[in-house]
Amino acid sequence: MTELATIISVAHIAAAIALLNGIFTTFGQSKIAVQAIDSIARQPEAANDIRSAMFVGLAMAETSGIYGLLIAIIMIFANPLVSTFVDLLS
Amino acid sequence: MLNVENLRVLNLWGLEIWITETVVNTWIIMAVLIALALVVRIRLRRFKKIPRGFQNAVEAVIETFDKFSSGTLGEKLSYISPWFFTVFVFILSSALFSTFGLRSPAADWTTTFAMAFASFFLMFFMGLRHRKGAYLRSYFEPSPIFFPLNLVGELAKPISLSFRLFGNMLSGTIILTLYYGLMPLYAQIGIPALLHAFFDIVFGAIQAYIFVIISLMYVRGAAT
Repeated sequence: MTELATIISVAHIAAAIALLNGIFTTFGQSKIAVQAIDSIARQPEAANDIRSAMFVGLAMAETSGIYGLLIAIIMIFANPLVSTFVDLLS
Repeated sequence: MLNVENLRVLNLWGLEIWITETVVNTWIIMAVLIALALVVRIRLRRFKKIPRGFQNAVEAVIETFDKFSSGTLGEKLSYISPWFFTVFVFILSSALFSTFGLRSPAADWTTTFAMAFASFFLMFFMGLRHRKGAYLRSYFEPSPIFFPLNLVGELAKPISLSFRLFGNMLSGTIILTLYYGLMPLYAQIGIPALLHAFFDIVFGAIQAYIFVIISLMYVRGAAT
């Protein structure tokens, strides 16, 4: 039973670590937004093109954050190690 | 709300078919969209040269999307833009679906993967149709040694496309479920409307736009 508790608690810590990539994702997205606002201020007539390019860039940069979220969800709700351990016990 | 509930299992000739919550919600959305399309079709039977009122609104929506997609795709490829309009409307309405307190179909990976795989198949088909052998040869560039790398890069496209939409929709679902589960009853009046507006409507619209524009860019990259 203690082993199972250890596995579950380590999985929760791993989920928290996987979510730490949000720091860098946010830095990257803020860089994209700053550049886009800068270039819109410099060339207001190109605002529409810049805005669509900015959204695509934001989506691309967000992918790593989403992957971290998925890893965290898998760690907590569908952890493969827990079922392996339960299989080992029985 | 976190798990996708399985409502019923059909047994067809030894083949198990699971009717989950996602399937039922997708049917509801399909019925609403089909009914809307029929209403628009019937109202537009008396087609006028100079649009007024209802016809004007419908034409404005379609023209905006057509301009957007032909600006991204180019005039030659813009004949596939109706498909992407359908995808856009479906993703947007499935995001808006969770404002009714029901589970959005896009918060299930099967839905988003099906849509991303359709985009991927369309990309492959358009590449073959417009560039024929040159498209297949592009997998072996700059040298045949790079074929496995190119293949992995292509196969990562539907996966990242589907996970992006799924993750965004699921995060909204999780946050709202946590809010409804943890907060006392008096805090559940009014405040969830703001959360719904942010996580379902704003994120849903942005993610539908991003899904469509990235699919369009893939198609254009394959076909020109």
